[in-house]
Amino acid sequence: MDTLVLHTLDAAQKAGADYADVRLIEEQYEFIQTKDLMVSGFSKGTSRGAGIRVLKNGGWGFASTQKITKPELEKAAKRAVQLAAASASCMRKPVALAPEPVYDAVWASPHLVDPFSVSTEDKLDVLLTCARTMLGVKGVTLAQGRLSFVKEKKTFASTAGTRLQQTFVRSGCCIEAFATNAEERQRRSYPKHVGQFELAGWEMVKGWDLPGNAQRIAEEAVALLTAPQCPSETKDLILGASQLGLQIHESCGHPSELDRALGQEINFAGASFLTPEKLQTLKYGSPIVNLVADATAKGALGSFGFDDEGVAAQRVYLVKDGMFNGYLSSRDTAHLIGLERSGGAMRAQSWSHVPIIRMTNISIVPGSAGTLEDLISDTDDAVLMETNQSWSIDQMRYNFQFSTEIAWEIKKGKRGRMFKNPSYSGITPEFWNSCDAICGADEYVEWGEPNCGKGQPCQTMWTGHGASPARFRNVQIGIAHSK
Amino acid sequence: MLTQEASGKIVDMAIHHAGKSVEGIEVHLVGTDIETSRFANNEMTQHQANLIDRLAVRVLSDGRQIRLETDDLSSAGVCKVVDQAISAVKLMEKDQCLLPLVNADGDGEWSSYPDRFEAGVLSITAAERAAAIGDMIAIANEHELNAAGVYASGTIFEALGNSKGLFSYHRETHVESSVTMCGPDSTGWAKAQGPHAKQVNTRELARSAAMKARASSQPEAVKPGRYTVILEHSAFLDLLSYLWWDFTGTSHLDKRSSLLDKIGDKVFGDNITIEDDVYHHEQAGCPFDGEGLARRKVTIVEDGILRNLVYGRRSASRMGVAPTGHGLPEPNSLGDNPMNLVIVGDGSSVDDMVKSTEKGILLTRVWYVRQVDPARKIVTGMTRDGTFLVENGEVSRGIKNLRFNVSLIELLNNVVAVGQARRTAGEEGVPQVVPAMKIADFNFTEVTRF
Repeated sequence: MDTLVLHTLDAAQKAGADYADVRLIEEQYEFIQTKDLMVSGFSKGTSRGAGIRVLKNGGWGFASTQKITKPELEKAAKRAVQLAAASASCMRKPVALAPEPVYDAVWASPHLVDPFSVSTEDKLDVLLTCARTMLGVKGVTLAQGRLSFVKEKKTFASTAGTRLQQTFVRSGCCIEAFATNAEERQRRSYPKHVGQFELAGWEMVKGWDLPGNAQRIAEEAVALLTAPQCPSETKDLILGASQLGLQIHESCGHPSELDRALGQEINFAGASFLTPEKLQTLKYGSPIVNLVADATAKGALGSFGFDDEGVAAQRVYLVKDGMFNGYLSSRDTAHLIGLERSGGAMRAQSWSHVPIIRMTNISIVPGSAGTLEDLISDTDDAVLMETNQSWSIDQMRYNFQFSTEIAWEIKKGKRGRMFKNPSYSGITPEFWNSCDAICGADEYVEWGEPNCGKGQPCQTMWTGHGASPARFRNVQIGIAHSK
Repeated sequence: MLTQEASGKIVDMAIHHAGKSVEGIEVHLVGTDIETSRFANNEMTQHQANLIDRLAVRVLSDGRQIRLETDDLSSAGVCKVVDQAISAVKLMEKDQCLLPLVNADGDGEWSSYPDRFEAGVLSITAAERAAAIGDMIAIANEHELNAAGVYASGTIFEALGNSKGLFSYHRETHVESSVTMCGPDSTGWAKAQGPHAKQVNTRELARSAAMKARASSQPEAVKPGRYTVILEHSAFLDLLSYLWWDFTGTSHLDKRSSLLDKIGDKVFGDNITIEDDVYHHEQAGCPFDGEGLARRKVTIVEDGILRNLVYGRRSASRMGVAPTGHGLPEPNSLGDNPMNLVIVGDGSSVDDMVKSTEKGILLTRVWYVRQVDPARKIVTGMTRDGTFLVENGEVSRGIKNLRFNVSLIELLNNVVAVGQARRTAGEEGVPQVVPAMKIADFNFTEVTRF
């Protein structure tokens, strides 16, 4: 354990902290963007700093510093205690923490090839090969590509005695084909909107085979220019796996954050309809709907060994057999509703941000509907929507509207016409109660969302969503373009 | 926060260390010492000092460029990142559109730039923020409401220098407060933000939010459909955030703007004039762009006619026009962005708009606005925290929140009345100077449960 971390804990206690934890983080990152055959963005960098969180008289305080020296760490620790004391002056009840064992552990995310060992030339070759393929399709007006790599080393220590060292390697990849004419601006993305992100190394970029999919998405983008408009009506709906992942993120992940349910985030990110009295009593979805918060899923973007307040990773049912079953929680919010322990969901964007409750991997347990082609064969009249275009949901997480990049008509078990500008909308519990088929494990992908926003000041976070395609009955589609 | 002198030393150190080994080096520093106090359920919940200063160096060599970043601002850290950039730039692809660094004069001056630094803001203490929050909670208690919100204060700075002798430094103070008042079945919200303490009156915000929460209690659902809508300042600001990039040179080069080939055309109603003006007395922000070029005032839309776009140096060079000082730090896929919009106002007040409305809806705030269709510029979103029915010239009652799907192009052709413009903060984009607006045929498509 870094002696500076322990020195900081000591400084916080000497300044009067009743509890303190320290995160010392070193991060290395590389973001590459291409636009047609040019490198349009390239940033590489490092970040190192410490965040100190303390309780004093039952109030929270947090301070950070990038100057990793004893005097500067002491100064930050003292500042955190001063802020906590000011908080305590304006509280109804002191903060209390649900119990958690003390740990001394080392954890590392799995990866085969360190992305920082791969040459810039090899990385650019993937994106520029895709760009050449996409630009070779007549009608494509812009081809873009992105690669992202982050390596994070995190040391955590608390005055309770926990000592942790964790290493994360995160990789992401994306290609996009754009087609424009006088009437339309169409886009197709692969592997999904904003790209796929995993707790993995360079092998994930090779595994997603961007060059092998460039031609297809380019042709689809051009075809969308002349495709018919998605109709506006009530209809059965099949969601592709990545779109279902985002549906889970917005309509299950966020409302099951306990800080939101308790009103603590209502000023910006919003609250939740999943208030504590609904635990075990609300029929959130149909009986085949099982949703878990699983921070232990191997290679999934939201996995870790321990969260940012030293709680061990867990797999918790949020929805079990359709019933609302549990929350994403922290030690202080768990105490507020009498849980035995935190669900382990406290994370911070960086060393300069305070941990807040964030999604881990919020995933739907695979069902028995087989493959996507099996599900299509089993469907008489529906629309299949794939790859997110936009997402919006009210601040209680009831009414949502999503649009996707592409859709196909499903008639008598066959995939038919392509539709442009598809969208669907609904009310969260009604929607999930209309789910009557979920594809199996063969279609299951641990999708990664790299940019979930929450908190003030706003923080972004890596979250994961395992999902297979699923079918929903009698859904409002196409209302965004209704006249 | 780094002073001008300290920033200058780091810039000089990096340039000196690079020496003659590269064609050019640009050094960019940004930082903040803003502290944020948060509260909810009538008590404080978080108190954060998120301090950070960041350094980026951009090196140009043999038609190539690279940008490396660090927050290690020690001498060793600065020299290390410069060495890494010099070494790594050789591995980059040649950039056919790469321009030399900006000249020492930044291609302009900003002598009329207003002072956006107030020493009084720096002296706001953690205890004072807690006391102000206590006052807001007291107002909540008076009205039997629950308060949640934020009160933040501090400084931000930006410095940019390069090996052609350019050095620019900007610092400004920052005060921000927003508050949500919650009743059993209603909420009200208010927010203010600016460089000066007088721009943020926490008690006034709390009273306004409390009034809205009380007035919107026991909301009833109205049928979705097309209504005349009065958008208060924040609602109008947040509705438009997806439109701004369409006014950039890069969005036109990429053929992604909804306004392609429309320069000189009438695109909005006669009553719409949009400028980008960092010098406006109610604006905040830095007077130079991501390459150090002085920002120029640009009339983007005049009386509904699209007159100009904004450009960074790269998009301007490719389009054969003069840059306007709106470039993002190079290299950057987005390219450029208008940062200081002023939508020119008129004389109407929100009260005037209500009085002249037989039947309509008054919106305090919109939320989760996202682009559904980039060609037609259709955006969707929800109303939030103070949604009211207007009948016979009066606000008659609170209503349940609604989802909308509106084309921003149609919306700016359906403006019935323009209010007085003022500095406005929302949550969907950066603060700008905008009026309240009264809009005809605003399309609500669904109603939610609260």
